Amino acid sequence: MKDNIVTVEHLSFTYKDSEEPAVKDVSFSIPKGTWTTLVGHNGSGKSTIARLLNGILLPDDNPKTLISIDGITLTEKTMWDIRDRVGIVFQNPDNQFVGATVEDDVAFGLENRQVPRPKMKSIVQDVLNQVGMTNFQESEPQYLSGGQKQRVAIAGILAIGPKLIILDESTSMLDPAGKFKILKLIRKLQKENELTIFSITHDINEAVHADQILVLDKGSLLASGSPVDIFKDVSLIKNAGLDLPLFYKIKNKLINEGISIPQEVNTEEKLVKYLCQLNSKM
Amino acid sequence: MSKIIIGRYIPGNSIIYKMDPRGKIIATFLFIVIIFLANNWLSYLFLSFFTLLAVGATKLKPKVFWDGVKPLIWLILFTSVLQLFFTTGGKVYWHWGIFNISEYGIQNSIFIFIRFVMIILISTVLTLTTTSLEIADGMEWLLRPLRYLKVPVAQIALVMSIALRFVPTLLDQAVRIMNAQRARGADFNSGGLIKRIHAIIPILIPLFISSLTIAIDLATAMEARGYREGAKRTRYRVLRWSKYDWVNLGYFALLTLILLLTRTY
Repeated sequence: MKDNIVTVEHLSFTYKDSEEPAVKDVSFSIPKGTWTTLVGHNGSGKSTIARLLNGILLPDDNPKTLISIDGITLTEKTMWDIRDRVGIVFQNPDNQFVGATVEDDVAFGLENRQVPRPKMKSIVQDVLNQVGMTNFQESEPQYLSGGQKQRVAIAGILAIGPKLIILDESTSMLDPAGKFKILKLIRKLQKENELTIFSITHDINEAVHADQILVLDKGSLLASGSPVDIFKDVSLIKNAGLDLPLFYKIKNKLINEGISIPQEVNTEEKLVKYLCQLNSKM
Repeated sequence: MSKIIIGRYIPGNSIIYKMDPRGKIIATFLFIVIIFLANNWLSYLFLSFFTLLAVGATKLKPKVFWDGVKPLIWLILFTSVLQLFFTTGGKVYWHWGIFNISEYGIQNSIFIFIRFVMIILISTVLTLTTTSLEIADGMEWLLRPLRYLKVPVAQIALVMSIALRFVPTLLDQAVRIMNAQRARGADFNSGGLIKRIHAIIPILIPLFISSLTIAIDLATAMEARGYREGAKRTRYRVLRWSKYDWVNLGYFALLTLILLLTRTY
């Protein structure tokens, strides 16, 4: 399809010191401008997929394997072009902070791309403003909270103007408030900059708002589809070693109690509204 | 840890803060060289006067400078006392066995004392008013001629700035590990030498592993952000030579001149 920004076919990967492949024959695609969430149990190979998508890891040799991002097929030669289009926010906010201060860190990607200094200055200002960290421009990382460090990491990625942002468990080390703020910020940025988001998480509640969900278990893709389709299948979620999101748990409990809830009620707000209507009818 | 003054930076905005780190590093090195030009009372008087002027120009509390001198005070006193007892020459005031207090002895021990204190003060002025990052930048610039000897200066500079950026992170980590081991009954402050060395192992090994983890994560993140080893990069942080730096170098040139003029041969 033309509108897919990411196409992955027959992707397998085996780590050097293990016999079992970490990723087994995975194929999926991500439409442009959407939010796709990859969920899976710990050790299911989620982070490996993130690293395969921009060539930090190279897939097992298989002529049928194809990774294509924004129309470019990933090879060792095109790796650097792909890294210009893909930004990854990693899990640990401390260990991805390269610069000694916030602005140095944001400028790191620009330095690597040999952007001249006056242009760097204005880009750094602009992206720090977008993530709301302008006041911390000269701060050193030890004075920032985890959430603030992740904001800086996002700014560093925005600076290079990517098409796709991969969130590799970016919120798993943050407290609930920090997590919520980061996800809200990314949603805002997605709309403003027409970005495609590929988020990887083991927190199933983060998946509720995605356009597409991919379920990974022991390296294989179990299912893909919209949240409604995926969470309908309770046994699938159980098989993947996951738990249903709170919303679906409540919905299922209500259905079990004999309250019929139509399929199209798929968000918290709709459920609240529906239950209130139901209450007034009874 | 907070007692160590070496490498500590205290924010401020006096004239010395506005100076370029390159100028300050050059001046500090120059100072250590020219201090040996002084060899009489007049030149030491000028030397002390210029140093104290530089110290005053930082507008920092005298106490922080005292903190700089304090850890070395025993070394200074020891050297001065040795000079006092073992230097011969001039009028002898007191004599007992191999010990004697002579005119030159008194003079030399005072000179040595002043020399030590002045060197410590000037280097404290450098470290107190310059962030470690600025010092790294300055050092990088000063190392640049080594490029012609095929020394990878850009990589060394990156290594320096990453090392400095991770000092606080690793310190935090070390404190956390120590507390975790304490919670399990480890005791770091008692017992003999061997026992204390043993107690350090449960801190060092996790710290070592965690620094390797950090290194791997950081390398991945750097590559993902487009870092290529050996490739040309532009620089976001640049040093700017200002009029204050000419003042700084002029100040030291003047001091050198005075010391040369007052020197007795």
